[in-house]
Amino acid sequence: MDLSVQIGSLTLKNPLIAASGCFGYGVEYADLVDLSSLGGVAVKGLFLAEREGHPAPRIVETPAGMLNAIGLQGIGVRRFVDEKLPELRARGATVIVNVCGTTVEEYAEVSRILSDAEGVDAIELNISCPNIKEGGIQFGCSLAGTHNVVSAVRKVTRLPLIPKLTPNVTDVASFAQASEDAGADAVSLVNTFLAMVLDVETRRPKISNGMGGLSGPAIRPIAVRMVYECRQTVKIPIIGMGGIVDARDALEFMIAGATAVQVGTANFVDPLIWGKILDGIRAYMERHQIAKIADIVGTVNDHAHS
Amino acid sequence: MPVDVAAEVIANRPLSADYNVLALSAPAIAASSQPGQFVMVKVGASLDPLLRRPFSVFEVLRSSDGTPNAITLLSKRIGPSTSLMYDARPGDIAACLGPLGRPFSIVDAPTEAWMVAGGVGLAPFATLAEALRARNVKTTLFYGARRADELFYLDFFRGLGVELVLTTEDGGAGERGRIVTPLERQLAGRTAGAPIMLYACGPEGMLAATAKTAAKYSRPCQVSVERIMGCGMGGCYSCVVPMRGDDGKFHHVRSCMAGPVLAADQILWD
Repeated sequence: MDLSVQIGSLTLKNPLIAASGCFGYGVEYADLVDLSSLGGVAVKGLFLAEREGHPAPRIVETPAGMLNAIGLQGIGVRRFVDEKLPELRARGATVIVNVCGTTVEEYAEVSRILSDAEGVDAIELNISCPNIKEGGIQFGCSLAGTHNVVSAVRKVTRLPLIPKLTPNVTDVASFAQASEDAGADAVSLVNTFLAMVLDVETRRPKISNGMGGLSGPAIRPIAVRMVYECRQTVKIPIIGMGGIVDARDALEFMIAGATAVQVGTANFVDPLIWGKILDGIRAYMERHQIAKIADIVGTVNDHAHS
Repeated sequence: MPVDVAAEVIANRPLSADYNVLALSAPAIAASSQPGQFVMVKVGASLDPLLRRPFSVFEVLRSSDGTPNAITLLSKRIGPSTSLMYDARPGDIAACLGPLGRPFSIVDAPTEAWMVAGGVGLAPFATLAEALRARNVKTTLFYGARRADELFYLDFFRGLGVELVLTTEDGGAGERGRIVTPLERQLAGRTAGAPIMLYACGPEGMLAATAKTAAKYSRPCQVSVERIMGCGMGGCYSCVVPMRGDDGKFHHVRSCMAGPVLAADQILWD
């Protein structure tokens, strides 16, 4: 049974990746989870400098989901390389680093530092954080901006380059296309949906930032649709995410067109979810006599229901 | 090291219309939990509510031969998750991850321990009182609640030799008012030389007032903070507390990892 999948030049031992922003720097989970058992670990977004993020409250629960506005708190790329990357390497993790920037130059500089470090396996470009003005969303919501930042980073790194796309646009597939045109090796989608929760007693937003990004099972069908649309448009691999909580959900994304999947919010609910999803994928492959999981990618049966 | 268990509910005792004590079969967590640590809990497998909730370990229960085999949680019903906690029945399964976080630093005699609890903030002090008792530390519990019928486990603490100072907002038991009032009065009556460690858990306003009072009388104070927490593991960065770091600068610190027990004088309360 072959669970491996290919993202550009990078082979993942299985299609399951811990989503950025939901798994710290990975090392937080190392006592509980065998990091080498995951297809990859996408670590929390990094700028050049440290950032403290937004004040609490930063999350609020919603029906089958949650809203967050963390504000990209982080230790900065240099501390990550010095303090976290060695342990991730020692633990055998496949390391995907989520790169943030306030300018094209910052994205390129962070990516260059990571390319020079030992042990980074891929770069995920965060051009889609909805929660800070300078968090890349100005790049991710403009086709020209997406092209510019992906092109600039492409020039400084040979690592697999994966722009992470926002769903807060009318036609996400055109952003996948812009990414492909600019030299991306894959795209990941979706980041969170910009959303709002109010306290009707006080009439105040429930999180300090006012608005935040919606994740969790509530968004899954929309995310599946967007992955499906992108699969019709681009040739590069797609990493799909949005509300996956079990093997069925992961398989749904893959059938819709995702070569690999990321799990975020569900890791908060169950930090041991990884083995359970992988077991479920293996059981499905056995049941359907699938030898290679990559063979199910983009295999939606479009025939009309009879 | 934390473990995640599908813990069977072995008892669920209502203390009032809002409060309950939920007992979970969790030997590994019971055996390794230290006073002040917490667990991430969710009753049932529904996607709504989705997330687990953090709870201090309230009691560690033991089998007849003294082996720790279960923990209890003191819960107050305030929303859907805590309603599920309140309504859970023996045999139900609760996902339970722990023990998590940094525990209380426990003093030795002759230092006295003054525990300051507000409402459901009583939770971490049952195990702390037992640990202090084992070290023969003279211990006082300052315990404030809304009403007399929301002051729980008083005989438990008396049985450990803990001196009780009680307040209620309606004056139904103990002194009328807030718990920081008698705390400050007693601190003012002590000579500076006799060492006292303050431990506090409760509503944010009470914690801030306790921290301020502790600072005024130059007493060390450990507070167990409660924040909206997504994961309990350091993964989500939801539960941050603004603190003054060793470098003197402001940092957002994850209370699930650096806490929940934090040094009161390093928290930026305003």
